[in-house]
Amino acid sequence: MTKTTINRRTFGILSTGAIVSAAATARAQGKKVVRFVQNGNLTILDPIWTTAYVTRNHGYFIYDTLFAIDEHNAVKPQMVDKYEVSADKTLWTFTLRDGLEWHDGKPVTSDDCIASVKRWGARDTMGQKLMDFVKEMKAVNAKTFTMQLKEPYGLVLDSLGKPSSNVPFMMPKAVAETDPFKQIGSQIGSGPFIYVNAESKPGEKHVYIKNPKYKPRSDPPSGLAGGKIVKVDRVEVVEMPDPQQQVNAIIAGEIDLIEQPPHDLLPVLKTDKGVQLVNWNPLGQQFIFRMNWTQPPFNNPKMRMAALLCVRQEDYLKATVGSPEYYKVSSAAFVSGTPNAFEAPNDFLIKPNYEKAKQLLKEAGYDGTPVVLMQSTTLPVLTNMAPVTKSLLEQGGFKVDMQSMDWQTLVTRRTKKDPPSQGGWNIFHTFSVAADILNPISCSYMAANGDKAWFGWPNDPEMEKLRDSYSKETDPAKAKELAHAVQNRAIETAQYGWVGQWYGPGAARKNITGWLKAPVPVMWNIDKA
Amino acid sequence: MIDFIARRLVSIVPVLAVVAIFVFLMLRLTPGDPAAVIAGDNATSDQIADIRAKLGLDLPIWQQFAIWIGDMLHGNFGESFFFKKTVASLIAQRIEPTLALAICTLILAVVIAVPLGVIAAYRHGTAVDRIVMGFSVLGFSVPVFVIGYCLIYVFAIYLGWLPVQGYTRIGVDFGGFLEHMILPSVSLAVIYIALIARITRASVLEVLNEDYIRTARAKGLSNRVVLMRHALRNAAVPILTVIGIGVALLIGGAVVTESVYGLPGLGRLTVEAVLSRDFPTIQAVILMFSVVYVLINLLIDIAYTLFDPRIRY
Repeated sequence: MTKTTINRRTFGILSTGAIVSAAATARAQGKKVVRFVQNGNLTILDPIWTTAYVTRNHGYFIYDTLFAIDEHNAVKPQMVDKYEVSADKTLWTFTLRDGLEWHDGKPVTSDDCIASVKRWGARDTMGQKLMDFVKEMKAVNAKTFTMQLKEPYGLVLDSLGKPSSNVPFMMPKAVAETDPFKQIGSQIGSGPFIYVNAESKPGEKHVYIKNPKYKPRSDPPSGLAGGKIVKVDRVEVVEMPDPQQQVNAIIAGEIDLIEQPPHDLLPVLKTDKGVQLVNWNPLGQQFIFRMNWTQPPFNNPKMRMAALLCVRQEDYLKATVGSPEYYKVSSAAFVSGTPNAFEAPNDFLIKPNYEKAKQLLKEAGYDGTPVVLMQSTTLPVLTNMAPVTKSLLEQGGFKVDMQSMDWQTLVTRRTKKDPPSQGGWNIFHTFSVAADILNPISCSYMAANGDKAWFGWPNDPEMEKLRDSYSKETDPAKAKELAHAVQNRAIETAQYGWVGQWYGPGAARKNITGWLKAPVPVMWNIDKA
Repeated sequence: MIDFIARRLVSIVPVLAVVAIFVFLMLRLTPGDPAAVIAGDNATSDQIADIRAKLGLDLPIWQQFAIWIGDMLHGNFGESFFFKKTVASLIAQRIEPTLALAICTLILAVVIAVPLGVIAAYRHGTAVDRIVMGFSVLGFSVPVFVIGYCLIYVFAIYLGWLPVQGYTRIGVDFGGFLEHMILPSVSLAVIYIALIARITRASVLEVLNEDYIRTARAKGLSNRVVLMRHALRNAAVPILTVIGIGVALLIGGAVVTESVYGLPGLGRLTVEAVLSRDFPTIQAVILMFSVVYVLINLLIDIAYTLFDPRIRY
């Protein structure tokens, strides 16, 4: 008995000693370390190769951008010191700030920026559109380059300051010359953090340290623009896929920040004394549902309109988000509260009109063939969407075959243009960060160029004309009118359904300050007491 | 014996061939396209097709299989579609937490379950026996993640004695390693303890009725010696068998336990690879688990000879 007690005691002392010693070492080092959990694991480190939001976030750590949007969504110079545009609005000249350096100490040059814009322009939809207008890009000297356009384009700055996937991040020329359809192998950027490859272990954590040579702008931080001042020594992005585990860990003080805990766990966090909720993304996100224009019944505009007439946004939002504190009913496609937002008349998508829906079904000669609705069961934020659609459409006279699958199966199946009976589909749901859908060009759901359009492949030359006019318009007031016309056209053709805006606050320990309001969770300006 | 081991090692080859074909076909024939996952939500069909071509996924299945097998025969497990790292390096990076979890669980389970089973057999029909068997039923019935969350709530959140999640490598900080291993090992060990204790009890109970036990007692040996040297040793073969079978349970349990406790091991790598359709990683990890399972069963077979000299190969 005595022997057992001694052993246990010895073990306890040794273990405690080791733990205390480790903690003391960390304290002695006196480093400010922030531990951050994102929504999803970071597996791909090339923000041009994928549109995954976690990879975009990684990009904001280590890369910088020529332009960036501030908290009022205005585009501001970031790496660019000054820019000029010719009187005919076809020649843009950009001059880089002094002192910009890559993490390996080499200076950032015009050639690097030109190669980076070209690689991004080969992959991103908004970049592709910009490159359609670009005649050539030329380095004037190491710090100045020009962009010669074929004709005036109204979205040059909006494109270069695009806040979300794919973001035009600047990379060294040698890296940016990688085939846009192959992943880059280097993590050298010129951003405020340096990626520590030796300490980063995919599936466990990714380590970023403060870039001591980074020269922030002198203007105060605002959104993704302004001075990117890093106030901590190190950020560890901890991979923790289970939301319950994330919440337990932040309550126990093992992590400092969670990007976006699920809504059902927010009450637990709200009541904890050590945790605060931070609404870092005030624009939020928007749910949509997409119909397949290439297959019956939604190849018929009357059938599409009938489906949209069944929508009641609040049903979706209540089923998925729950508390009205975190959602907003709005019939604006380009996100309520932003310059291009217009509330559609007649409570479109807000109050259903089943009678009119049934009448349209009759006029369209609907034969009762069930529409195939794909339900994702692995993304919690989307799981409850499809059952609501099923219920709403059935009330409007549709027959619905809801098929459940994991998200990865859904994203594969949605690429198929076959009839639903042969593995195709009719409807599915997804969502976008508001920053991705603020105008008719960045909002990929508005593209209506048939096979080249986003899944569902709407084909509407009139819509494409409007989008084209919008992209060429350089007068903001007229551009706004065109955005309105684009939304009206989308409603007229029942292009897709936007079914509610929602907000997901982040969680932070109470000793964390300075989480900037932006469409992306960024780690500069964050401090830890 | 050497012949037996050689034969068993050779028999791994057809097992692996069957597993390889099955895994490869299963991944290609079930829905899910890694290119669509890589491209992300905003990608168009054309962009996905370009990525598919770069990954070689547009080739006929037989050609993809031939390339994979050819690479495997040259010791190349391929490169993860996502991590831009070789699968071998990914496995090497993730093996420590899984191995540590498996070993800690196994030690904990054997150290607790075997004595419990022996005591239950010795106290057959008493309250002690009923408690042990009751625990055994409970251990089988409660899923690992429920046990995990309960332990986290009590020991990490409420009492604050142990960390909620994460892993510290043994070479970095041994104290931290122990801290992070306690709750996951206990969670995973529960079902294993239940299984081993139950089999131990049944085996020992059967042996206790044998004549040689009566003889040992008649010789005046103490209960401890009778139980440990005569009863338990003769009951060891079924116990070893169940420990071997339990390795499969351990692999499955590790997937859940690693997810609940955020351990960056092979279990989580498998889940992540399956969810993202990272074909090279899934194929390599499943083949590796198959090899481990076959080898452990071989070791168990060899161990039989140590406990029962009548067994000869």
